[in-house]
Amino acid sequence: MVELSIIESIREALKEEMTRDTNVIILGEDVGQRGGVFLATQGLLEEFGSERVIDTPLAEASIMGIALGASFNGLRPVPEVEFADFLWPGLNQIIGEASKVSYGTNGALNAPMVIRIPYGGGIRGGLYHSQNVESYFFHTPGLKVCAPSTPYDAKGLLKSAIRDNNPVVFLEHKKTYRLVRGEVPLQEYLLPIGKADVKKQGSDITIVSYGLMLHYCIEAAHLSLKEDNINVEIVDLMSLRPLDTGTVIESVKKTGKLMIVHEDNLTGGVGAEISAVVANEAFEYLDGPIRRVCGPDVPTMPFAKSLEDAYLPNSKLIYEEIKKLHAY
Amino acid sequence: MSLAKDMNLPKGLNKQKVLQIYEQMLMVRLIDERVWAMNRQGKVPIAASCQGHEAAQLGSLAASQYLGDCFFFTYYRDLALKFGTGLNEKDIMLSYLGRNGDPYSNGRQFPLQGADLSRNVIQLSNVVAAGMPQAVGYALASKIKREPTVSLSFFGDGASSQGECHEAMNFAGIHKLPIVFVCENNHYAISVPQNLQMTVSEVSERAPGYGLSAISIDGSDFFQVYESMLEAIALARRNVPVLVEMNVERIMPHTSDDDHSRYRDQSEITNMRDRDPLTKLEQWITSHKLTTESEIATITASCKQRVNLATEYAESAPEPEASSLYDNLFSK
Repeated sequence: MVELSIIESIREALKEEMTRDTNVIILGEDVGQRGGVFLATQGLLEEFGSERVIDTPLAEASIMGIALGASFNGLRPVPEVEFADFLWPGLNQIIGEASKVSYGTNGALNAPMVIRIPYGGGIRGGLYHSQNVESYFFHTPGLKVCAPSTPYDAKGLLKSAIRDNNPVVFLEHKKTYRLVRGEVPLQEYLLPIGKADVKKQGSDITIVSYGLMLHYCIEAAHLSLKEDNINVEIVDLMSLRPLDTGTVIESVKKTGKLMIVHEDNLTGGVGAEISAVVANEAFEYLDGPIRRVCGPDVPTMPFAKSLEDAYLPNSKLIYEEIKKLHAY
Repeated sequence: MSLAKDMNLPKGLNKQKVLQIYEQMLMVRLIDERVWAMNRQGKVPIAASCQGHEAAQLGSLAASQYLGDCFFFTYYRDLALKFGTGLNEKDIMLSYLGRNGDPYSNGRQFPLQGADLSRNVIQLSNVVAAGMPQAVGYALASKIKREPTVSLSFFGDGASSQGECHEAMNFAGIHKLPIVFVCENNHYAISVPQNLQMTVSEVSERAPGYGLSAISIDGSDFFQVYESMLEAIALARRNVPVLVEMNVERIMPHTSDDDHSRYRDQSEITNMRDRDPLTKLEQWITSHKLTTESEIATITASCKQRVNLATEYAESAPEPEASSLYDNLFSK
């Protein structure tokens, strides 16, 4: 075992996969000489050369479109956008094109590409460096979507994503990049896309979350156990699409109460879908209303500290919500 | 350049090959007219006619077939190219009718949209210019893998306004990729004329800014297209990206849902028949005595018969099973 940060685990995954398979290439703005704005690709240009680590023009539509076209011709591109907020010009190639490759050719063609996207806030990024973009991809059939929250999960999922024959949107919460550290095995491992992980066992309430918020949920759960003897079970989705509804339902059957916590906007978010699925498939097990603790319906978290704090759910708020739901 | 004046045909062509291409062009015209008529009968939901573009597409294809190792990213007006790659008329009719066995998408997409990988064609969507960065990515992969394949990216003048067109050409120029951008300029983006799309008089004027080699030609002249594409593909194979602009006429409205009399003068509609590539090739063939008028009548009758048989075949073909709705959402 070795202790790594999330950014280090991502770099390790890229390095291992590029060593294993010469068809893996990286392209994006600043990924080469600079090593990426967050240094995820640091050292890779030197190790693998400028044909496989390509500094592109600042043009997200073609970064995605070129990656897609290269994937049609035997490569496994890993395009990166610097911030999720800058992704929008590339969305045509992801949602409009890549997601429909297999379906739209009746399985003749496939698009093995992994779109790496630093997303999320809490870093004083304001409206254009904090956005949560997951719902757009979560809504799109034909895509796979990963949103890991630990170094172990990030590395194992990214390696699986690179080997997957379908387009995978890989969401990396930028606040967790260096904040979250954890043990990672020295030997190779893969984690399955579409499988959630119970990060904490519990019996009283199920909390479903992912990304940065997962860590706040764990903090709140420890507090509620210590202060109020409420034993919360925490399900880390890890992948948003395919969504592991089985693990969520199993947990709800055990606890009878469900809370979903995400940083993304409330309306139409991942939590809305999970609520509907649980209400439909585990209705008779529910012993209280399904609670959602989510970002409010404003564009994203504003720049000012007071407004950013007002937007973001935190462990204190989650703790208060745990107590309310437990008391119901 | 103009129509090859004498029988000094360009390399790769001979009388027999020219006659074969004429027959292909005739077949494409008859299929095109047939699916348009079937649209009016309520049988074909949508048709985008390639009338006027046939020489641009078949000339490009003939050049690519002579030189070998080309991959095509087409767009929705490229029936001639798709037919020319060897797709037979029965499969084409299956596609127009959305029947089981449609080789491009098995009825998921508009006619001849999706991929026909056995004939090196990808056309994923209707979003104009979206295929252009994909063609560039394909060329990038060819170059990285040291493979000889040249990407051919077909698009219209309308697509040339898209940001993705700019981005694709820019990247191809920077990385000196093996790609030929083929602009089939019919001077209309649906109803919007060229002067409301761009200030340049030719799309190719933009090429120097991207580091592309470029030429504008008469895309209704099969021989001019063929010779220009021979040169363009050869350049691209030496990692000199090229833009070939082919000036053509869009003889029919944008699609079967459009009425071009709403935005084009009657005289313009009438006069463009003079630039019909099929008529021009036929005149060349007869004036050079490759065949007689009676032989042309025989060929035409045989082609009509083929189109009739294909139509009957496709009309009696089953639709895709409703249970296949969820198939192939993901690749294994």
